[in-house]
Amino acid sequence: MSIALRTLLYKEVLRFWKVGFQTVGAPVLTALLYLLVFSHVLDRQVEVYGGVSYTAFLVPGLVMMSLLQNAFSNSSSSLIQSKVTGNIVFVLLPPISYREFYAAYVLAAVIRGLVVGAGVWLVTLWFVELPYAHPLWILFFATLGGAILASLGVIAGIWADKFDQLAAFQNFVVMPLTFLSGVFYSIHSLPAFWQTVSHVNPFFYMIDGFRYGFFGQSDVSPWISALVAGGSFVALTYATLNMLARGYKLRS
Amino acid sequence: MSDPSAALLIDGVCKRYGSLQALDHVSLTVRQGEFFGLLGPNGAGKTTLISLLAGLGRADSGVIRVMGHDVVDDYRDARRNLGVVPQELVFDPFFTVRETLRIQSGYFGLRRNDDWIDEILHHLDLHTKADVNMRALSGGMKRRVLVAQALVHRPPVIVLDEPTAGVDVELRQGLWAFVRDLNRQGHTIVLTTHYLEEAESLCGRIAMLKQGRVIALDNTADLLARPIQQMLRLRLRGDVALPADLHAVARATADGRVVLALENADAVSACLARLHAAGVGLEEIELVRPDLEDVFISIMQEAA
Repeated sequence: MSIALRTLLYKEVLRFWKVGFQTVGAPVLTALLYLLVFSHVLDRQVEVYGGVSYTAFLVPGLVMMSLLQNAFSNSSSSLIQSKVTGNIVFVLLPPISYREFYAAYVLAAVIRGLVVGAGVWLVTLWFVELPYAHPLWILFFATLGGAILASLGVIAGIWADKFDQLAAFQNFVVMPLTFLSGVFYSIHSLPAFWQTVSHVNPFFYMIDGFRYGFFGQSDVSPWISALVAGGSFVALTYATLNMLARGYKLRS
Repeated sequence: MSDPSAALLIDGVCKRYGSLQALDHVSLTVRQGEFFGLLGPNGAGKTTLISLLAGLGRADSGVIRVMGHDVVDDYRDARRNLGVVPQELVFDPFFTVRETLRIQSGYFGLRRNDDWIDEILHHLDLHTKADVNMRALSGGMKRRVLVAQALVHRPPVIVLDEPTAGVDVELRQGLWAFVRDLNRQGHTIVLTTHYLEEAESLCGRIAMLKQGRVIALDNTADLLARPIQQMLRLRLRGDVALPADLHAVARATADGRVVLALENADAVSACLARLHAAGVGLEEIELVRPDLEDVFISIMQEAA
């Protein structure tokens, strides 16, 4: 890893860490509130996997949802802020390649996603005891999911010229895909049509695969989830690198 | 193309934004160790040219080299050899001054650069602000940090894009003393400024741009020696206006005088007679040597 890449990564991590109350503390609190409300209301009423309580089912979903949203937020908000304030020139003037640029923003966003995800997991330990059937799958889907949303964040951050465009991307793309991915329910509890729709949502595979790591059971095979998530990451990486190589909206 | 050892080589560069031809076959060479001025009115293409050589934009055609390194094909070496002080007062509000400079050093592949960072902070009178967050600095201090950021990797070529815009006199003088010192040490300096007296006193050679084209490129002394008009400087008596037919050759100065650019000695006589006939009283009359501003206006008018 070059010094330039390490420095850009360090800068991006330091950036979110300096406002950790807002970038880590707040999403952990939000996830905790989701858990308190949903588990209290639904714990005895919703049937998910056999032998798994709704609260236990919900926790990996909340961990992954927080992880994904914060990975997206990190890369997208950093880029849009730098573009709007103009300090993006500090990154564009030095001899940093577009691949290093991409790697640093994605890695920093994955780190933030993992820190927030770990925070949510830690606070929910008080409420439920989780099994850890396949820890490597947990790590795999957490990292890959974070990387996918980080890449999406780079695309959104570069594409958006204004904060409201980024907010629209977050509210009309990221949020619906996250909420309709099975965070709060098993897709087997949905009507057939919505089950089919869920199967074209790549976020579903990330969360389903992640949940498999805990319970050893899932709506689809973890290998299929890995394939879909991996394919999504490769496609997004290709698209993002292509944008960066062309200097799209960065080097006019 | 010539002089491969040039600090900057710009050859046939064109750049278009939509219907606007921002740069139109711009060619110029800046020699190593020069203090070079890039002048022109707003929209002339100065900042576009700087953006292209800094890699912030891409030329539609032409070649740009920094210390012999092509800014596209060999961008890493080109950027290592270039320090740019941007025109806008930009900063990253998350970091202190020292963090900002350490991070900027790292981008250029430099670790443990604190000795040089301390030296820059000292020269720019920023040492007492090293651990202050960027948000807490005044505009002038932020401008100094921008200069410091451009210098962290000791680039042989330094580009200053309007570095003294909105800066107080003290900082301006301190900044020029520092930049002169860098130039004496062998750094090539390229300066754009709207303060023509600064360019006149600092730059050994000057290029003037207008509507994306180089319309003059010469030593400052030779530009000043151009056989342009007679400059007649007047202070008018009382609250009177110049006759309308003289407006085209007149400009007001900051100290309340009027300078008229006239073709020759006969035109000076005719002008004085015209003022007398119009009843315009004069407190002072002076024939002055044209300064860079007069030359600049004359060249811009010739190119119109």
